[in-house]
Amino acid sequence: MLADALLLQLGYNATLVTLGAALLGIAAGVAGTFLFLRKRALVSDAISHATLPGIGLAFVVMVAMGGEGRSLFGLLFGAGVSAALGLLCVQWLTRRTRLGEDAAIGAVLSVFFGAGVVILTVIQTMNAGRQAGLEGFLLGSTAGMLRNDATLLAVSAALVLALVLILRRPLGLAAFDPGYAEATGWSLHRIDLAMMGIVLVVTVVGLKVVGLILIVALLIVPAVTARFWTEQADHVVIIAGGVGGMSGYVGAAASAVAPALPTGPIIVLLGFAIFLFSLLFSPRRGVLASVLKHLRYQRRVHVRQGLLALANGQPIYEALTRRLLARSELILPDGVPTAQGQAAAAKALLDETRWAIVRGDQAYALAATRYDGLTPIEDVLTSDQLAEIDGKIASPQAVV
Amino acid sequence: MTIALVTSQDTDAAIRVTSPLAVRGMTVSYGQTPAVFSVDLTLRAGAMTAIVGPNGAGKSTLLKAALGVIAPLAGSVTVFGQPMTQMRERIAYVPQRASVDWDYPVRVIDVVMMGMYTKLGLLGRVRHQHKALARDCLERVGMADFANRQIGQLSGGQQQRVFIARSLAQQANIYVLDEPFAGVDAATEKAIVAVLQGLRDAGKSVLAVHHDLATVPDYFDDVVLLNTQLVAAGPVAEVFNETNLQAAYGGRLTTARVDPESVAS
Repeated sequence: MLADALLLQLGYNATLVTLGAALLGIAAGVAGTFLFLRKRALVSDAISHATLPGIGLAFVVMVAMGGEGRSLFGLLFGAGVSAALGLLCVQWLTRRTRLGEDAAIGAVLSVFFGAGVVILTVIQTMNAGRQAGLEGFLLGSTAGMLRNDATLLAVSAALVLALVLILRRPLGLAAFDPGYAEATGWSLHRIDLAMMGIVLVVTVVGLKVVGLILIVALLIVPAVTARFWTEQADHVVIIAGGVGGMSGYVGAAASAVAPALPTGPIIVLLGFAIFLFSLLFSPRRGVLASVLKHLRYQRRVHVRQGLLALANGQPIYEALTRRLLARSELILPDGVPTAQGQAAAAKALLDETRWAIVRGDQAYALAATRYDGLTPIEDVLTSDQLAEIDGKIASPQAVV
Repeated sequence: MTIALVTSQDTDAAIRVTSPLAVRGMTVSYGQTPAVFSVDLTLRAGAMTAIVGPNGAGKSTLLKAALGVIAPLAGSVTVFGQPMTQMRERIAYVPQRASVDWDYPVRVIDVVMMGMYTKLGLLGRVRHQHKALARDCLERVGMADFANRQIGQLSGGQQQRVFIARSLAQQANIYVLDEPFAGVDAATEKAIVAVLQGLRDAGKSVLAVHHDLATVPDYFDDVVLLNTQLVAAGPVAEVFNETNLQAAYGGRLTTARVDPESVAS
């Protein structure tokens, strides 16, 4: 059944929803990346919550003009206008008052959302129009998705991708080094507005699919997930688009199989699953990788300390050190060094002595910055330099 | 009175045409307290100039305002007589290390490429010659081996060298650096000074906020003493003296001299 859904065999509407959700996922992942890298991810939450009064007012206006109030484009237009208003409020509060961005986001988000809820409540008491379905914008409702909706998503996704492609340099510069961006003539204010404009487009067209409460997850989670897998911003963009698209596609397909499940939340949960996997298992920045790295490092430190103790004829007290040395057959179970252990200890001591010279000599200041107590000195210096240092070890009096 | 004013404006215009960076009447304030007050500054072309002054003297603020990073309350800036905003390409700025997101996913070579963004524009393709220039700039600061490392994995001194390389990639005439030696190792300091002096010898102008009074005469040709207002400016031999330093630092001069930061670097 799920296989049918994934292969788009569940009928026209399910196919539309699946493709639409995938496109939205890609657009949101790409648009959210620079938001996340610029550390302004939560502004998107303010934007999305600020759409609600616009939806309500657009409905009221359309009914007043004699319509049914159900035109999607009309509602989305209203959503876009009030979201833009909310965004400008956040920008203004942050730039012109002493409020921090967090406070500005909190204030705008709650006030706009509150106003929206009030307007929707008033609408429910009105007799005009067919207001049923407006609450679908809160958590998304894909049941009645039409071809037009899917086309809108496709066009918006293409627009977002094109804009990010065009603006990738200033967007990256603003996130990495805002002062430099400003000094080289890119207006930070305009870059930020452009970025927020892109996010606004995604938010508004995504309302029908995931709803205004969860759209923020679709913007942020793919970017955060992608960050685990690469150290290059343009790769983060691509991976985030992929992760977003995949969660949209699979999530929508899954909810087509089980219509009782809401599409938006399923998409978000799927994105979260990919995030969780990345968090744990990414070889670069994952939790598992860093635990392993730490343990490996700890062992190297213990072995090194043990060898230095052996070289200096000191006893080794720590059980872990002894165990590690014994396992590498550097010492016998009773703590006596093997021949191999004696050689390794002598080497470690020589390394330390050489390092001590390097670190005390201004001429080697750059090499000295590589000292971490573990790196073999041969990795840092040439054999000529080593010979020179060994000369200083052999005749310490000559130096003084 | 009017005639005298016109004459002096003409003279000043003549002075500004030859100056790589001329600041007039610059005032910047955070809230109601001016951080920089009515500062006039005329850089000498082909010279290395230091801005020194106590903490909170507005050194970085002056730089940022001169480059348009923050908006001044009053004042104008010209580059060889032209408004600074039209001459941005000729100025390479190295911001304070603390102002950068070091966890940002970017490789060293890509940071250097950023120096060419203004030239490349939004969609200009990165060609072979751009990459070659970036690698060459890394070479000049001794960081060629680190081209593919993530910027956050480098030490403070190495990061600063990469920033210098980025400013070199801009191929500017004027190099403006905000505390280039703060928190860097001695070898890096030496390498950066050598690069900057090389630029100076090639006819470029260098302006740097500097913390270590002891090295001012060794590194710089000119010095600007700042304490919110301009205290003195000119060749090191003429203005870098006890009287002016006292005036700039007041009672804090002794503390400034044994500033642990300057001793360490």
